[in-house]
Amino acid sequence: MSTEPKPGGSLGVAMKRKEDPRFIQGKGRYVDDISLPGMLHLAIVRSPYPHAGITSIDISEAMRVPGVRAVITGKDLEAAGLGWLPTFHGFDKQMVLAIGKVLFQYQEVAAVFAESRGAAADGAEAVHVEYAPLPVVTDPFAARTDQVILRPDREKKTNHIYHWEVGDKDATARALRTSPRRISQRIWFQRCHPAPLEPCGCVAQFDAMGRLQFYVTSQAPHVYRTALAIVTGIAEDKIHVISPDIGGGFGNKVPVYPGYVCAIVGALKLGRPVKWIESRTENLTSTGFARDYHMDVEIGATDDGRMTALHVATTADHGAFDAAADPTKYPAGMFGIVTGSYDVPAAHAEVDAYFTNKAPGGIAYRCSFRVTEASYAIERAMDILADELRMDPVEVRRKNFVRKDQFPYQSRLGFTYDSGDYQKALDVALEKIGYTELLKEQTAKRLRGELMGIGFSTFTEVVGAGPSKHFDILGIKMFDSAEIRIHPTGAGIVRTGTKSQGQGHETTWAQIVAEELGLDPQNIMVEEGDTDTAPYGLGTYASRSTPVAGGAIAMAARRVREKAKKVAAHLLEVGEADVEWQDYKFQVKGVPAKSVTMKEVAFAAYTNMSQNEPGLEASYYYDPPNMTFPSGCYVAVVDVDRETGEVKVRRFLAVDDCGIIINPLIVEGQIHGGLTEGFAIAFMQEIQYDSDGNNLNTNFTDYLLPTSLETPHWETAKVTTPSPHHPIGAKGVGESPNVGSPAAFVNAVIDALSPLGVRHLDMPITRDKVWRAIRAAEAKTALA
Amino acid sequence: MKIHVTINGAAYERDVEPRTLLVHFLRDDCGQTGTHVGCDTSSCGCCVVVVDGDRAVKSCTMFAVQADGREIRTVEGLADGGTLHPLQQAFWDQHGLQCGYCTPGMLLTAYALLKHNPAPTDADIREGLAGNLCRCTGYQNIVKSVQQAAGTLGHPSAATA
Repeated sequence: MSTEPKPGGSLGVAMKRKEDPRFIQGKGRYVDDISLPGMLHLAIVRSPYPHAGITSIDISEAMRVPGVRAVITGKDLEAAGLGWLPTFHGFDKQMVLAIGKVLFQYQEVAAVFAESRGAAADGAEAVHVEYAPLPVVTDPFAARTDQVILRPDREKKTNHIYHWEVGDKDATARALRTSPRRISQRIWFQRCHPAPLEPCGCVAQFDAMGRLQFYVTSQAPHVYRTALAIVTGIAEDKIHVISPDIGGGFGNKVPVYPGYVCAIVGALKLGRPVKWIESRTENLTSTGFARDYHMDVEIGATDDGRMTALHVATTADHGAFDAAADPTKYPAGMFGIVTGSYDVPAAHAEVDAYFTNKAPGGIAYRCSFRVTEASYAIERAMDILADELRMDPVEVRRKNFVRKDQFPYQSRLGFTYDSGDYQKALDVALEKIGYTELLKEQTAKRLRGELMGIGFSTFTEVVGAGPSKHFDILGIKMFDSAEIRIHPTGAGIVRTGTKSQGQGHETTWAQIVAEELGLDPQNIMVEEGDTDTAPYGLGTYASRSTPVAGGAIAMAARRVREKAKKVAAHLLEVGEADVEWQDYKFQVKGVPAKSVTMKEVAFAAYTNMSQNEPGLEASYYYDPPNMTFPSGCYVAVVDVDRETGEVKVRRFLAVDDCGIIINPLIVEGQIHGGLTEGFAIAFMQEIQYDSDGNNLNTNFTDYLLPTSLETPHWETAKVTTPSPHHPIGAKGVGESPNVGSPAAFVNAVIDALSPLGVRHLDMPITRDKVWRAIRAAEAKTALA
Repeated sequence: MKIHVTINGAAYERDVEPRTLLVHFLRDDCGQTGTHVGCDTSSCGCCVVVVDGDRAVKSCTMFAVQADGREIRTVEGLADGGTLHPLQQAFWDQHGLQCGYCTPGMLLTAYALLKHNPAPTDADIREGLAGNLCRCTGYQNIVKSVQQAAGTLGHPSAATA
């Protein structure tokens, strides 16, 4: 594997990251590193109650705390027309600071501005709020009864937010009815949280010209600018959004949060910069949670394991406001990917979402909008089907795979899969993991009563939103953009509408430009996150950076090349039609000896351009023709301790197909990280609420992130089917491991427990849960 | 309260509130923002610094006044002029970081680890870094990075465990 970048031939090189020198020297610039003269600090008063009327708010003591400069409440904001914030997909609105009542524990109630972090915290302590508790609804199935209406502010007096469905309902019902074999299982993907290590935060300042300078942890800076213009009424040219270095996002930094609005209001009202940095507790309790889908999955099949129908009915818990950041036309995101890698003749999926007294969200946590939920449901259900049929889960999958010759494949739920080779990925995985030997070992162990499991997940995801025909956020189509300038010496800069949060864009974007133009990636600077300089784009989430912005970069570079070709023709003293781009150089057609490099052409573009337009730059707004469909085959091997319920992940292999790889080092790093997040979700993470609506996982001692000790060793391999419609054939990879791995872990544990008759357990698969399942099974055997 | 602290070899004299945490003193009073804050419960390790030469300390677990008269090394003090410390070089070479937020704490923890155990096994490294959370890398490349640095510092890698 080559690690040395060179002019041209940059694609597929495991180049070391260009952004790293600043991070390893403590010179990254994260939002909390920004300190402006005269800056005030904002602390937020939060509700201890999950559902309560606000009787009174007394700020008098807080105003007497030394250093406190102002306190604002929901009423103040409402008077200024800023009481509510539209959520991104436009179906709901969210209180900035509570107006009249609170709807979840830790909801924002008042904002305190003070001279220091400490004074702001002291001030927040001294705000006295009286609450009149109201009945609490924490269960979406209870919310469904509408006995307590949580959102009387809405026109329809119901907790039901929306019904969404896709597929042929009648045909699916018929096929299920007539199928010789059927399984059904309620599968819950628990509420979890992206929890990037850097919490959310911002610094808001109105500069000498009255222009808002807004530094913020945003995965989508341009969308923020437009949203802020709409919410605040400030003209969009008077808003400058700067996303500095971001310490992980994973979807958590897509929505606009109340703290941001409060900081801006404070900066305007007080005429001084305001910083708001949330605490970890605030992050876990009030910013975008993920998942919380209760999925009733039914599969019909023939006796020999051919699927005949799939039906999934989901009850979704959205919390107090519908703040899911889904594309407008897709309230349940890309849940239609629930048919996965399988050619199911009849399918129907439906989602009903409800309000509860929990934090708002439902964001796309390291996944392309509900793809993880869908993928988990089908991959878990395939194992249940295999169990029902007494078949090897590998064989059931193989029987139902979309075949290589079926691509582009039209799924029953509306997607056109671009490319894939699921059989091959499975074959690679079986060979690498040594499946035959593992099965032998398992058989021997089962005879001895030992619990060993092998779990598969052969997932397909849909990423790269997306074609403007279907996808928008707040009405803005989900294209992305790139602008490239090549300087006289052959160095250059590329700017995009995306924003890296650790994905390594400063390296991969340079590699794409270098590949397309035959330049040195070390001398292609990448700039993102500044709305004054970057072209408009929808940002980085949903694995859309490479599928969408990556396409824009390649296309912009090709425009640069077209322009350069004219100058090359002048230098080569031939007509443009006689010039061709070959081996990263312009040459006279068929005469390799007569050639000029892009570097030479770049210099000429500024010094000797003849009749051509001077300069060498181009931009491109890329509207992708389709989504991309990364896929993979993941295998987990686990040992379960029968006495303690402890699960040990002995091996984990990820075979990924993300199309053409730009930088294998970065791709592998993304896979390691995503698998670790999937591991955490499978075994340790859940945002739990008790029946009184108390959040029980408010910090890292209760909401666990895996450490270096628990995290398994990851094995990786690849299969490559280029995306036929993407300019460089790439599909995106950052989310695959988080989407695909939870099912592999759970399937492995259930496989280990299957001799005891256990067919399903919901995540997180804690030791306690496993221990109870084993004891229950043993008790049942003893009785029998 | 007035305190004297040596940070990366430079003397700092500041008047601080007794409740000021060392991490906030470093960041807010001394402008050393390489040390990060990732939690409220001393769980994440983003704020680890080295105190008095070889002790890795979560700087959110120490008050600034407790650092009075002590020597603190932060990520800003790892490189020797223009030359990266072998740990920094190794994290870069082995792709031991992504978003970079945990990196300073990881580097300082690993720095103290190698002072105490110059030839660690992979298991030693995993144990030594267990108080530092990383959300991006899955730790595998971090372990490789620390191994590389151990090698560069003159102690060939012990048998991996």
